Amino acid sequence: MSLDRAAREKLVRALAASVIEHADELTNLDQAIGDGDHGLNMKRGFGAVIATLPGLADKSLPEMLKTIGMTLVMKVGGASGPLVGTFFMELGNALPEQPARADLVAATDKAINAVKARGRSEAGQKTLLDVLVPVQAVLAGGGDARAIAAEAAQAADRTTPMLAIRGRASFLGERSIGHMDPGSRSASLLIGAAVNVLEFEASS
Amino acid sequence: MNSSNARNVGIVIVSHSPKIAEGAADMVRQMVGNAVPLAWTGGDVDGGLGTNVAGILEAIETAWSPAGVAVLVDLGGAETNSEMAVEMLPEDRRARVVICNAPVVEGAVIAATESSGGSPLAAVKRSAEEFYA
Repeated sequence: MSLDRAAREKLVRALAASVIEHADELTNLDQAIGDGDHGLNMKRGFGAVIATLPGLADKSLPEMLKTIGMTLVMKVGGASGPLVGTFFMELGNALPEQPARADLVAATDKAINAVKARGRSEAGQKTLLDVLVPVQAVLAGGGDARAIAAEAAQAADRTTPMLAIRGRASFLGERSIGHMDPGSRSASLLIGAAVNVLEFEASS
Repeated sequence: MNSSNARNVGIVIVSHSPKIAEGAADMVRQMVGNAVPLAWTGGDVDGGLGTNVAGILEAIETAWSPAGVAVLVDLGGAETNSEMAVEMLPEDRRARVVICNAPVVEGAVIAATESSGGSPLAAVKRSAEEFYA
């Protein structure tokens, strides 16, 4: 996988647009089972990322990802800032400048473990990990862009019947059941936007 | 007080609400005066309810003491952002900042009271955490 400068900028703009255009939806999801700030927070964070263009895309892919992560950490505001920001920063730490698919598989695995540590959470607790973990499995299994995007969307849907164990939604106990996890939704939007730009081809 | 003010453990209050953070800091000051370094932070970068890493880093800097800093937080994001801020500190400072598992208002007052007597960081943290244990 080789991303030139134009592709890197396209990737950043697509990631940002995916959450900014769905900010109201994310806020509505968060109002149901959280504090209702997820859409606004993610919009602010990715707005700040966009503001670092065009210089951001001049950086190598790893440096660009680390910068995106740090910007999200500093600007998002909620717990999502450190969680999503850590994911991007660890991807940047783990990826070479010209990653092969195997590099991406290994880097996403590391990044997911960092998110688990940051949130002291595991899959199954109605968090973004419920999207990241199954999507990473599809990536590792050789799935193409369509399969990855489909899994991301389905995985977010699968959080709806889950009981929240972590975060503000856990205060609601069983009332958290029946609502999609906002963090899973934003993760699925970001993944959908990323694979659309990266256009993975199945490796097997 | 058995030590000069600036050498006592510092107290940082982190709340989603700047009003709560400031109010808790007022309660600490009422209890211990200027006996402990104290700082508060609250709100997201736009001033809405939330917490932000830069604000937390700044508060830790303001309340810095060679004896360390005890951070009191309210809900989830305040804790996650505080942990992130601690990791971003220079390495020699990282081990001297602790996040207390205690209610933000009560914990801050108790921790500051313990600190005002010159107690070390571990004792300050323990005092806040044991009050409701």
